[in-house]
Amino acid sequence: MFYREAGDFKTSYSEDSQTFPIRFDRYRYYAVLVVAFAVIPFVVDDYWANAILVPFLIYSIAAIGLNILTGYCGQVSLGTGGFMAVGAYACYKLMTAFPDVSIVLHVIAAGFITAGVGVLFGLPSLRIKGFYLAVATLAAQFFLVWLFNKVPWFYNYSASGQISAPERTVLGIAVTGPETTAWAKYLICLLFVVVLAWAARNLTRGTIGRSWMAIRDMDIAAEIIGVNPLKAKLTAFAVSSFYIGIAGALFFAVYLGAVEVGEAFGIQKSFLILFMVIIGGLGSIFGSFAGAAFLVLLPVLLKNVLVGGMGWPTDLAAHIELMIVGALIIVFLIAEPHGLAQLWRIGKEKLRLWPFPH
Amino acid sequence: MKLKLASAALGALVAASPALADLVFPDLSYRTGAYAAGGIPFSDGYQDYFALVNERDGGIGGVKAKVMECETGYNTEKGVECYEATKGEGALIYQPLSTGITYQLIPKVSADQIPLHTMGYGRTSAANGKVFEWVFNYPANYWDAASVAIKYLLDENGGDLSGKTITLLYHNSAYGKEPIRTLEELSKKHGYTLNTIPVDHPGQEQKSQWLQIRRERPDYVIMWGWGVMNQVAIQEAANIRFPMENFIGNWWAGAEHDVTPAGAAADGYKSLNMNRIADYPVFADIKTHVHDKGLAAGDGSNVGKVLYTRGMYAAMLAVEAAKTAQEIHGTPDITAAMMRDGMEALVMDAAKMEALGAPGIGPEFGVSCTDHGGSGMGIVQQWNASEGKWVALTDYIMPDDAIIAPLVEEDSMAYASENNLSLRCE
Repeated sequence: MFYREAGDFKTSYSEDSQTFPIRFDRYRYYAVLVVAFAVIPFVVDDYWANAILVPFLIYSIAAIGLNILTGYCGQVSLGTGGFMAVGAYACYKLMTAFPDVSIVLHVIAAGFITAGVGVLFGLPSLRIKGFYLAVATLAAQFFLVWLFNKVPWFYNYSASGQISAPERTVLGIAVTGPETTAWAKYLICLLFVVVLAWAARNLTRGTIGRSWMAIRDMDIAAEIIGVNPLKAKLTAFAVSSFYIGIAGALFFAVYLGAVEVGEAFGIQKSFLILFMVIIGGLGSIFGSFAGAAFLVLLPVLLKNVLVGGMGWPTDLAAHIELMIVGALIIVFLIAEPHGLAQLWRIGKEKLRLWPFPH
Repeated sequence: MKLKLASAALGALVAASPALADLVFPDLSYRTGAYAAGGIPFSDGYQDYFALVNERDGGIGGVKAKVMECETGYNTEKGVECYEATKGEGALIYQPLSTGITYQLIPKVSADQIPLHTMGYGRTSAANGKVFEWVFNYPANYWDAASVAIKYLLDENGGDLSGKTITLLYHNSAYGKEPIRTLEELSKKHGYTLNTIPVDHPGQEQKSQWLQIRRERPDYVIMWGWGVMNQVAIQEAANIRFPMENFIGNWWAGAEHDVTPAGAAADGYKSLNMNRIADYPVFADIKTHVHDKGLAAGDGSNVGKVLYTRGMYAAMLAVEAAKTAQEIHGTPDITAAMMRDGMEALVMDAAKMEALGAPGIGPEFGVSCTDHGGSGMGIVQQWNASEGKWVALTDYIMPDDAIIAPLVEEDSMAYASENNLSLRCE
C-alpha cells in the first residue's frame, strides 16, 4: 500500500548498496530535502527558527557525533558538553582573531581543533573500556569547563567571562549576531546538517565504519582479523569530536550568540546528548535525528500545550513536563530498548508487507 | 506528526493571546530549578503589582496590563525560547532576572527595539545610555554594590582598610564575575588584599571553598551568590564559625530563604539591599484588591519578603515608566519604542513613592539619555535570627563614582567599538 516495490529491480551492485535501496524511501528523502531547502526558509519565523528548528538541527549534529563514537565504535563518552565548549571557544577565538575570514571556515576549523582535543582525550580509550572510559571522559568534561572559566585568554579577558558572537556574513547575509534573519540562521545550520549527515552515513557504510563496528562488537576478535584498534578508536574519537565541535560552534555563534561555559556546556549537556543517542537508537543516523527531535521538540510542544493551550501555571507545567518526558523515555526504552530508530525499522517492515502480512 | 502538533499548539497559543489593546509585560520567571527560591517571590511580587494596578486603578492610564509568564528555569536556552514566544505579542519591557539571559538578550532587544530593564543585575556598563539605547539597569548595578560594600567596611574600620584581607566568594558565572574588576580597582585605592573563590553552579558543594576560607582567615567575606548557593554558604560559614557580622552578601544574597535554613547560626549575617523593606501601605492594597479576590500569583505567601518587595518595586518602576511614556506621547496605547522614551524620562522622587503607597522603598533617582543606571545607592541590612527579620543598619550609601564611572565608560566603549555603534545623546 505505502510501499509499492513491484518493479523496483536492482541491476548493479552500486544500486543495491545505496543508502535508500527502496524507491519510495529515496523519493521521500528527496521530498524532505526539497521541503527543508525550498519551503521552510520562506515560511519560517523567528520563533520557529530560534526555539525549534535551529536547536533541533544543532543537537542533531551533536547527536550524530556522539553516535559515531558511542553507537558505532562502542566507546561511551560523557565529555560531549566539554567538546562542544571546545568548538564554541575555538570558533570565538577564530572569529575575533580573523574577522575577515568566512564564518563557515571558522566553524569547520573549530571542528578540526575539537577533533584534535578529542583525540587527546581519546588516547586513554586504548587502555580502558566501558565505565572506566566513561569516567575518563567525564574528567575531560570537567577539565575543559574549568579551563575555559579559568584562563581569561579564551574569553578575550572580558569582565564577565561571557563570549559573544560578533556579526559575520556569508555571501553578504548575516548569519551570526542580532540582525540575523530567521531563514539565514536556519539555512546555515541546515547546510551543515545535510553535509555532515551525508558524510556520516557514508563513513559508517565504508571501511572505516566497519572497523568501528568491529571494535564495538568485540575488540579482541576485531584485532585478530586485522582491524587496528589504535586507528579505529582514534579515528572514531576524531570524527566524533569534529562533529561535536561543529555543533558547539554553531550552538554558540548561530543559535545563542552569547554563552558562558558552565551554564551552556555543563555536564547536563553531555547527558542530554547521550540521552538523545540512546533514545534515538545507537548506531543509526536516523536515530540521531529522531532522538534530537524527541528531546528538543517535545518539551517545547508540552510547554505550548500546557501553558499556552490549557492555561496551566508555568511552574506546574514545567514540573509535569519533566515527568512526562521522563515517563516517555522509560516507556520507550521498555517497549524498544534499541530506540526510536528500531521502532521505525520494525514499523517499516510491517508497512512493506501491509496489508498482506504472511 | 510532532511538527503538526506543535503548530496546532502554537496556533492555540496565538489564538489565546491578548487583544492588542492590552499593555503586555512578559515575566520571564523561574519557579523551578536550583534558583527557584529567589525566582518565585520576585515573580509573585512582579505579577501581583500589575494585578493590583488592573484591579484598583483599572489599568495603566485606563489600559489593562497583561502579564505573560514564561518559565525559564534560569536557563539561557529556555530564556531565548521565552523571548521569541512573547516578543511578537507586543511586549513592552523585558526583565529576565538572570545575568546570563540578559547577555543573551542585549543584542536581540537592540535589534528588535524592545527595552530591557535589568534592575541591579545584568551588564553593568549598560548604565551608559550613550552606548546602550535599549538597556536600562537603574536604580543600581553590581559595581555600585561592590563599592557600597567596601564603603560600608571603610566606615566600620574608621576609613582605613589597608592591611585587611577580603575574600570574594562568587557564583562562577557572568553574574559572579561582574564585581571582580571593581573590587580590584578599589583594593588598589584602599590597600586591602583581595582573594577570589569561585563556586560552580548550582553551588550545593562548597566544602573546599570554606576550608580555604578557614585556612586563610580573611577579615571579611563578600558573597555574590544566588539560589541554593546562598543557603549553603551561610550554613558552611556557621560550620566553620566564621563571624557572621564579617560576612556580607550582595543584594541577591540577602533574602529570608537564604538565612532561615541555618537557623540561629545565621544571626548577624549582613547583606546589601537596593530597596528598603517595611510594611508598606501598598501591601494592604495588594491584600484587598488582589489576594482577597483570589488573583494572587503563586501561593500568596510571600508578601513583604525581601525579593517579593523587589519584584513589586520592579513592576512599580515599569508601571511608572509606562505612565511617563503615556504622558510624553499623549496616548494610552504605547508601543515598546514609546515605553523606552518613558523609561529614559523616568523620575522617582519621595513624593511619587509616597503616593504609590511605598514611601522610601527605593532611592530617589532620575534617568536620562546618558545615564541609564540611576543613583546606584544601596543599604546594608543585618539578619536578626531570633525575630526573623532583616534590620537596616544604614541609610542609602553612595557608591564611589570616581572608580566606577571610568570602568563603565571603558567597558561600554569596548562594546560600542566591537559592534560599530555610534554614540547617542550628543
